[in-house]
Amino acid sequence: MSGAPSAAALNLRSLRKEFGTHLAVRDVTLDVAPGEMIVLLGPSGCGKTTTLRMIAGFVPPTGGDILLDNESLVGVPAYSRDIGIVFQSYALFPHLTVARNVRFGLEMRRMATDAANARVDEMLRLVKLEHFAERLPRLLSGGQQQRVALARALAIHPRLLLLDEPLSNLDAALRQEMAREIRILQRDRGITAIVVTHDQGEAMAMADRLVVMRDGGMEQVGRQEDLYERPATPFVAGFIGNSNLLRGRLDRGGTLLTENDGCIALAGRYHAVGPACLAIRPESIHLGDPDAADARAQGTVMLGTYLGAVMEYVVRLDAGPDVIVRGPSAGRDAERRRAAGERVCVTWGVAVERLFDEHDRPAPIGEIR
Amino acid sequence: MNTTLTLNRGDAGRRAASLGRLGIWTLITSGLLIIFVPLLLTVYLSLFDEKLILFPPPGYTLSWYAAILPNFGGAIVVSLELALSSVVGSLLLGVPAGIALSRHRFRGVSVISTLLLAPLTIPGIALGLAIFLFLVLIETSTSWPLTGSLLGLILSHLVITLPWVVRLSVASLINHDRAAEEAATSLGARPLTVIWRVTLPAMRSGIVAAGLFAFIFSFGNLEMALFLVAPGVTTLPVAILEYLEYHIDPLVASVAVAQMVLVGGLMLILDRFVRIGKVVR
Repeated sequence: MSGAPSAAALNLRSLRKEFGTHLAVRDVTLDVAPGEMIVLLGPSGCGKTTTLRMIAGFVPPTGGDILLDNESLVGVPAYSRDIGIVFQSYALFPHLTVARNVRFGLEMRRMATDAANARVDEMLRLVKLEHFAERLPRLLSGGQQQRVALARALAIHPRLLLLDEPLSNLDAALRQEMAREIRILQRDRGITAIVVTHDQGEAMAMADRLVVMRDGGMEQVGRQEDLYERPATPFVAGFIGNSNLLRGRLDRGGTLLTENDGCIALAGRYHAVGPACLAIRPESIHLGDPDAADARAQGTVMLGTYLGAVMEYVVRLDAGPDVIVRGPSAGRDAERRRAAGERVCVTWGVAVERLFDEHDRPAPIGEIR
Repeated sequence: MNTTLTLNRGDAGRRAASLGRLGIWTLITSGLLIIFVPLLLTVYLSLFDEKLILFPPPGYTLSWYAAILPNFGGAIVVSLELALSSVVGSLLLGVPAGIALSRHRFRGVSVISTLLLAPLTIPGIALGLAIFLFLVLIETSTSWPLTGSLLGLILSHLVITLPWVVRLSVASLINHDRAAEEAATSLGARPLTVIWRVTLPAMRSGIVAAGLFAFIFSFGNLEMALFLVAPGVTTLPVAILEYLEYHIDPLVASVAVAQMVLVGGLMLILDRFVRIGKVVR
């Protein structure tokens, strides 16, 4: 594509940030290929935003290095980095029109008037706002403001695009549309991009690869499938796909003893013995009659909710904890509806069972029972 | 039965509501009267065709307005110079201070903004005396003629106007999104450019209100200026006071009206650019 930004490779080397005694980011090492879109995902306080702000140049790292096309950014002021940023609040200049907002970075670069006009027009067409050029930002909807922010960041042909919670201020319907739009734009123009979000749906929709962060460190890096099918820790399993997490002690043979001495019969047999955590996704659990042969545990339906294509149940296990169970509400695979108070058993196959040892590492599976 | 009860209650409610409305309008009307009757009376007096203020006047004339400039022209010029200088001075010092205070959320910020109010708690006459003595002290030790100079007047007015400018600047940045400044930085703006292109525009209404306050205060101040004026450097309020010592005639009223028109006109013009009411809460 003509005039497309020259995408850069980004490398984070043991990036660290301490605020006083608090370690906000611990040794983040990450290689981002040119044109790749990486999502930093995690709950608030996990260090994802601080990492983004270090890349942007707003926060100096206390250790490690940031390389953009193999040149260190540490010590380079934010205004010289050529990094485009889309802020959560959009951060448009309220006193400037849409066109003047988009033009701002070009004025800073003292671009000739004709070239700047052409670039502004191109950017506004790109985000489908060519008819809004002379409006003030406050007269635009949230989605339109978001597009202006994107156009403004892209106008400078940034070497890297950073997006901080780009969708969190939009309503649900617009969110998915905007996620797709940003993704197509980024793919089309081959932009290297880093997105920060706490929303796993957003993350899944936008990422080439995801980085799950927790307590300032990286929990797991991988593609959507890697994280969903092979979560490295119970935290990742819980964050991606909202797994049920059941903690207890792994007994010899393949039984998980819960805190109040309840029993959960595991589908696989494991070598490990001791504290363990079972992660199982709501859609992987099936409900059966209490006396079913493949019952993993017995329980009582507390709540059944019809969610359109999906039925969601809360089942209180006799072994203690509640589990969430989801299944299709209609069609060939739909199961019989259960009423609140009904006795059921929960069951699942060995392929969907994830067991972690006391160090939160995947427990090696032994022979299948 | 039920219906009647509801109706009755509705009647009572309506009566209470209309009483409330009546009360509110009474309050508004009396408030407006309290504000405007003295002003209208001043305008009325300024038109009397008579050296003594007598009711009813023998006739009406505009000649007192023609006499303003010959009698008070010099003082008006001094007051305008003084007011504009204290606007410029307090904005140049106060706006950067306000930006700094709102950016750096260090622990002392609330203490500093409280301390900034201190000059306002001191009676103006006491403050004027204190500043006069202070300037005399500086003058005797450096032989720099500060008392009776325009500079001395400007400095003394900054004591009052500067804290207000700082507070209004901080207030105008309370809802300012710092991310806009970071956005400008990421787009290539250096720190001073960010302040000029993003921060100051965001503060516009606060700055205008602060400048207006400084102007009105400086232009109308009497009690501090009393100590600091000298022959040739006399402000309008002091000149009016001196005039009143020997004459009580409609000229004073016409000067007052002229001053009201000047300040009121200034406010109207500025109100077209910014909603002052939005800033001064």
